[in-house]
Amino acid sequence: MLRGLAGALLALLVLPGVGVLAAEAAGRTPRPAIEPAQALTQCIAPAEVMRREHPAMLAHQRDDTVRGGVRGAKASLRGCIDCHAGAATHSVAASPKDFCVSCHAFAAVKIDCFECHTGTREGVR
Amino acid sequence: MSDSPKRADGGRRAWLGAAAAGVAGVVLAPGVRLIEVARAAPAKTAGADPAVRWGLLIDTTKCAPGCEDCVRACHAENGLAPPTRPTDARWMRKVEIKEMKTGRQASVPVMCQHCAEPPCVDVCPTGASFKRADGIVLVDRHRCIGCRYCMMACPYKARSFVHEPLAGQKPEVPRGKGCVEGCTLCVHRLDRGQALTACAEACTRAGHGAILFGDLNDPASEIARRVRELQSTQLRADLKLDPGVRYHGI
Amino acid sequence: MKTIAATRNFWLLVAVGGLVTAVGLGAAHQMELHGHVITGMDNSIVWGLPHVFAIFMIVAASGVLNVASIGSVFGQPAYKPRAPLSGLLCLALLAGGLMVLMLDLGRPERVIVAATHYNLKSVFAWNVLLYSGMAAVVVVYLWTMFERRYKAWSRPAGMAVLLWRFVLTTGTGLIFGFLVARQAYQSALLAPLFIVMSFAWGLAVFLVVQAAMYRWNDRRLPPELQHRLARLLGIFIAASLYLVAVYHLTNLYFERQAGFEAFILRDGGVFPLLFWGGYVLLGSVLPMALLLHPRPPGEAAVLAAALLVVAGAFAWLFVFIVGGQAYPLDIFPGHVASSAFGDGQVATYRPTAPEWLLGLGGLGAAFLLTTIGVRVLDFMPQDDLPTARP
Repeated sequence: MLRGLAGALLALLVLPGVGVLAAEAAGRTPRPAIEPAQALTQCIAPAEVMRREHPAMLAHQRDDTVRGGVRGAKASLRGCIDCHAGAATHSVAASPKDFCVSCHAFAAVKIDCFECHTGTREGVR
Repeated sequence: MSDSPKRADGGRRAWLGAAAAGVAGVVLAPGVRLIEVARAAPAKTAGADPAVRWGLLIDTTKCAPGCEDCVRACHAENGLAPPTRPTDARWMRKVEIKEMKTGRQASVPVMCQHCAEPPCVDVCPTGASFKRADGIVLVDRHRCIGCRYCMMACPYKARSFVHEPLAGQKPEVPRGKGCVEGCTLCVHRLDRGQALTACAEACTRAGHGAILFGDLNDPASEIARRVRELQSTQLRADLKLDPGVRYHGI
Repeated sequence: MKTIAATRNFWLLVAVGGLVTAVGLGAAHQMELHGHVITGMDNSIVWGLPHVFAIFMIVAASGVLNVASIGSVFGQPAYKPRAPLSGLLCLALLAGGLMVLMLDLGRPERVIVAATHYNLKSVFAWNVLLYSGMAAVVVVYLWTMFERRYKAWSRPAGMAVLLWRFVLTTGTGLIFGFLVARQAYQSALLAPLFIVMSFAWGLAVFLVVQAAMYRWNDRRLPPELQHRLARLLGIFIAASLYLVAVYHLTNLYFERQAGFEAFILRDGGVFPLLFWGGYVLLGSVLPMALLLHPRPPGEAAVLAAALLVVAGAFAWLFVFIVGGQAYPLDIFPGHVASSAFGDGQVATYRPTAPEWLLGLGGLGAAFLLTTIGVRVLDFMPQDDLPTARP
């Protein structure tokens, strides 16, 4: 009976995973379609570095900005948004193709930045 | 014709020089544009200055009952919807007061008093409520857990809690559901070099001249001179919190 | 040996407790999704019904350990076998109370931030450390009582628990005591008041749970012990009433507090009603009459008195927490004030369903943990006196 139970448990754990992978292969979750940032510009660091380090960079910078009053520094969120805002939406978080949302939705990493911060570039209504 | 080659060289050099300058210009110009675009925000600022103490001097003798210019300007500047319900956020309000014994009335704009000894900072469990080096008392919404203890502690009812999800925030004033907020002395304007808070600017522009903003620590500033001349008081001065907002006429 | 009936009853209780807890969690989820606008709280009443439930449970959690302290620290033999149950109830109530408190936060997902960033000037931050530490200390204490070879350590552990809960309950009282802004608080008396309240509320909860367990197991508490516990509860109620009286009498003496006291004691509508009718009459005078009567009270009377004390506690906490916020801040002493932000006005508060459900969910969680605890481990007090029902 125990063996049967163990088998059932194993199946319960493995089958959904297989199902998800199958769906993946069928393209159920689209790869991120990131709108490129403005032409002839370069990010503050190479893409591989940014991909790994941007949470730490933003987390560090926000303390400098909020508590220290430092504005316009290298890793300022406003700076990121101004460059990476999509051409159509002028935002990094308004549509599924926008910069931040697209990758985060694919990676299934929920961010709460845009509950408070608007993703829209400055100067746009 | 020994000059000719030199002249020709000079001419060629000049032409080459001009051409080189032209090419350099063509090559570098996009680069200049690149720097311009990639750093859309102004250059990095130095941060809050501990030698400064920002404050307000409010002359209530110049405040008309029913005038809400300062309140409207504050809410417009910071992206607050016009408040109608008790759950709506208000960063400042006009309080109409009447002295019970004499009947004397006054109209008083009240906002976060930016105390030097803020009770809200003492009680905040995570340190989200903090006093910046230049005296402005702020809420670090990255750390605020929404416990509302600071709202219990504030003697001036300065703070509001955001009761619903928000959208369409101003880019320079992030605010959201579940955090506590209050008057920031327009810190986003100050950090960018603007001289006045939205309320002071609106009151001055409308010609009332009731709100004066400036550096209390700078003896040469207008606010410092005015508080030396004009009688002014702090709200609930008995609590010894040393607010940065002073009132004349109450 | 567990009978089929007992097992069936256990799962029934777990189902009920689980359902109540689940509904409470669902209510918290709605609050997190839609924001506090679905509650009755606003910018004037910032702490509402969930806080009433949470603070009751947390204070009772501290007080319920009195039984254990009297046994382990003061060496009273009748209380020693009750110490493990007392410890379990502390953990269960603490869990329930903290659950409600944390889920009522504006950003409950940031509890990790609260656990990693401490402003040590804040008594709230200290309480976060004290509550979690309390749970750990009580676990160790329970372990010394259950593990035979550690029995010698149960006295020092009991002493540690006693000291810890004194500090903790003092901290809970000072959460309010340190608020200089509000006329209802700003008093050092709140620390000892909360400690004495914890004795009364904790013992009341203990008596209710003990009565239920005894009845469930067809046992009977020895009458002498029943009488002693009843008397003790009566004394605790009297001591609480004394401190509440001192608090109000002092306030009444200060002219600047006169308006606030008139509001709480006479003019404030629901608040005087709950204070006099709920706390004083039903929650103090009536239970004292039942418990301190020269003729020893019966089982039913003790149970009724304990339940009344709990009801009185909720009434008092509502008046204290909500009434203290409803009375307007005195920003302009000597003036009448009015504004669009409620200055100078008494604030109204009507709790909505999510708040009730969240609070009850906390009680449900405490109930669930207690039920599972007494099923899994032996918390039934084993007296040397005959306890079987005739």
